[in-house]
Amino acid sequence: MRVAAPPVKPHAAARTEQIILFRISGQPFAVSSASVQEVRSVDGLAGAATEINQPSLRKVRHVIRRGEKALYVVSGAAHFGLPAASAGLVFVLRKTRTALLVDGIDKMATMIRLQALPLAYCHEERGWYRGLTALDQNVIPVINPEGFLTADEFALLDASLVPEALPEELPGEGMELPE
Amino acid sequence: MTQPIESTSQSFVLLRLGERRFAVGALQISELVAPSRIFRFPHRTPKLEGVILRRGRIVPVCDVAEKLLGKAVTSRRFYLIAVRHYGDKTEWVALPVTGDCELIAAEMTAAGESDAPHVAGWISHNGEVIEVLNLDALTPGSDNVSTAEATAVVLEARP
Repeated sequence: MRVAAPPVKPHAAARTEQIILFRISGQPFAVSSASVQEVRSVDGLAGAATEINQPSLRKVRHVIRRGEKALYVVSGAAHFGLPAASAGLVFVLRKTRTALLVDGIDKMATMIRLQALPLAYCHEERGWYRGLTALDQNVIPVINPEGFLTADEFALLDASLVPEALPEELPGEGMELPE
Repeated sequence: MTQPIESTSQSFVLLRLGERRFAVGALQISELVAPSRIFRFPHRTPKLEGVILRRGRIVPVCDVAEKLLGKAVTSRRFYLIAVRHYGDKTEWVALPVTGDCELIAAEMTAAGESDAPHVAGWISHNGEVIEVLNLDALTPGSDNVSTAEATAVVLEARP
């Protein structure tokens, strides 16, 4: 007689996640390092980005050509409604056509627990964050890489592009992160 | 016309907010804690100050003073940690209070149609008529919670 195995709980396969702690306008955030394809300096971006003017989407001011696709550079400060600050780095995010302007990186860390955003938070922020993590007695929001631009916003930005005006690919001055 | 909903008395926690006192059903209260550091991050939900860390949980701090008193209160003496329902799901919320809390037994009169949604009922205590708060209506959040959102711990690594 065979005894059925007990049901496996969803989190039985315990795992940790490497995260990058960074700041936007001085505010700490975290992102899974697996979500970041490249980290580049803003200076290195200067020749590769074209200005884009979409009045209804002020958080996107530049676009970068990546082969066939356009990569939109989102101001983290404008997206989160934080005071404007000069960005030093840009994160090219994986699996989304988004690059994120940030002040700089604080450090890398290991996240052992990601807690869902409390249900009291019930507006746009539910799309902004994967959840919250407690690290060194601090609570840090972990961003959702796909939460910066909606499908409608991508469509709006795509429609405003002039293909000929797109510059070539980014010069190779950044740090590429392994997947 | 309103009538007492039960003939037996229930337990309530009386909380002070500025010059007024309010009541919350004692079964909804988890604990009363000293103010601790509030962690703030960008969001768009009104009346949420941030979160505190309590027993390893991340608890949102809901500023209910403006809704109840019509003005914000800057001083706070404790956080009352209470249970808030979101559909079938429950989570803790922290309510800043400005004075001592008291456990009493009283008989509640159900709220009338003209009462605000955040009023669950009324109790009488020491000659004072006190609002019993409906935290589900008072604090932000939606009852339409998806299964994915209701998963409190998304990732947990254990040794």
